[in-house]
Amino acid sequence: MSKTYYDPADLKKFGNITEWSEELGTKFFDYYNSVFQEGALTAREKSLIALAVSHTEKCPYCIDAYSKDGLQRGITKEEMMEAVHVGAAIKSGAALVHGVQMMNKVNKLDG
Amino acid sequence: MTKLKTQSLHKRESELANSNRQLEILSNGIFKTGELPKFKEKIAQIGQFPLKPKKLEILQINVGYMCNQVCEHCHVDAGPDRKEIMTKETMHQCLEVIKTTGAHTLDLTGGAPEMNPNFRWFVEEASKAGIKDFIVRSNLTIIRANKKYYDLPDFFKKHNVHVVSSMPHWTRGKTDKQRGEGVFDQSIKALQDLNAIGYGLPNSDLKLDLVYNPSGAFLPSDQASMEKDFKKALLEDFNIQFHDLFAITNLPISRFLDYLIASENYEDYMFELVEAYNPDAVANVMCTNTISISWDGWLYDCDFNQMLDLKVESKVKHISDYNEDLLNDRNIVISQHCYGCTAGAGSSCQGSVI
Repeated sequence: MSKTYYDPADLKKFGNITEWSEELGTKFFDYYNSVFQEGALTAREKSLIALAVSHTEKCPYCIDAYSKDGLQRGITKEEMMEAVHVGAAIKSGAALVHGVQMMNKVNKLDG
Repeated sequence: MTKLKTQSLHKRESELANSNRQLEILSNGIFKTGELPKFKEKIAQIGQFPLKPKKLEILQINVGYMCNQVCEHCHVDAGPDRKEIMTKETMHQCLEVIKTTGAHTLDLTGGAPEMNPNFRWFVEEASKAGIKDFIVRSNLTIIRANKKYYDLPDFFKKHNVHVVSSMPHWTRGKTDKQRGEGVFDQSIKALQDLNAIGYGLPNSDLKLDLVYNPSGAFLPSDQASMEKDFKKALLEDFNIQFHDLFAITNLPISRFLDYLIASENYEDYMFELVEAYNPDAVANVMCTNTISISWDGWLYDCDFNQMLDLKVESKVKHISDYNEDLLNDRNIVISQHCYGCTAGAGSSCQGSVI
């Protein structure tokens, strides 16, 4: 049994998910691969979105995968960091916007 | 960020300057324990072992390892301190071969081939042979390195040379990290000089192609997408145009192997190369249509085998005994570095092979 929940080597085994449920696993990977094809957004743009979401989801596998994917696509570290800040800004904004609810409650009870 | 070295592995007397040591590393460890299959086993599964040449199309001549740059990942271990330079005598032998070869492409490389003192004479003579495609692999900065090289674009044009140049990225930071400080600005100026006389322009016969290889321990992305990004950025930022982009995978030899080991990326990189192995690429790897000739006239299956000192398995091993029919009957020499040419869409000096 590994001593940590996350092992970088497990990322390589992601495809094995299909072994215990071929139909659902295959459907997932088909869907996943289709999502990342060039479309109205370029594959490069999608890679940056994926990198930002990887951080907001705090998924270490995804961060490893999309940091490398970005490098392979020639995405610069400045672009990657800006994408991460977009994710962080939404996360912090999502927390902070609840301050309005706090203000509403306080004003109602003690306004 | 690691600081770029200013000397070759040879000058630093690194153990990796020794090709036998490199081959040992490539055959031991994860390949010896069986964690990863050897290249021979992989190609045997598809009936491609021993790997055989097809029709010879490209003669690649390395006219010397001297270079004005010391790029981080150079597979030649080239640099200003390398003194291996092709002599005029060997060039004469090459010219005899060029006159009679069935190959349609002549590909001059180095180091910086322009630093060979007989480079211009050799180009003039070789261009008389009527080879269809005459490539010079120019690192671009040599054109701006010294006044004596400023007229190289005109010289290339005069002899209808096809210029192929390395350009690791369209940004200064990534380019200079891999190729040395100031390389980006000098390369941009050289590309503008080449564009100014017609090189790389749409519909121009003066061919200008760029070579992209990754700046670290990862594989190149899709060649067509990279070309699109390079073209857009270079045109918008510097008004530069070029024809094709060749995306080349870094092979785990020489300075790139040194980098992989020092950065503790070697095993992961080899796993990635093996995972990306594409059996469809095997039939088109460049050693099947190329002969590589070293500065001292020895013959190899490719430039990478040249750097590992893996001479051709043939009775004919030197330019002085050159015989195309005998050479074409050889078995191609392989090792684990060959996974670099079969990963993904495949890789060669002409880019993807699929």
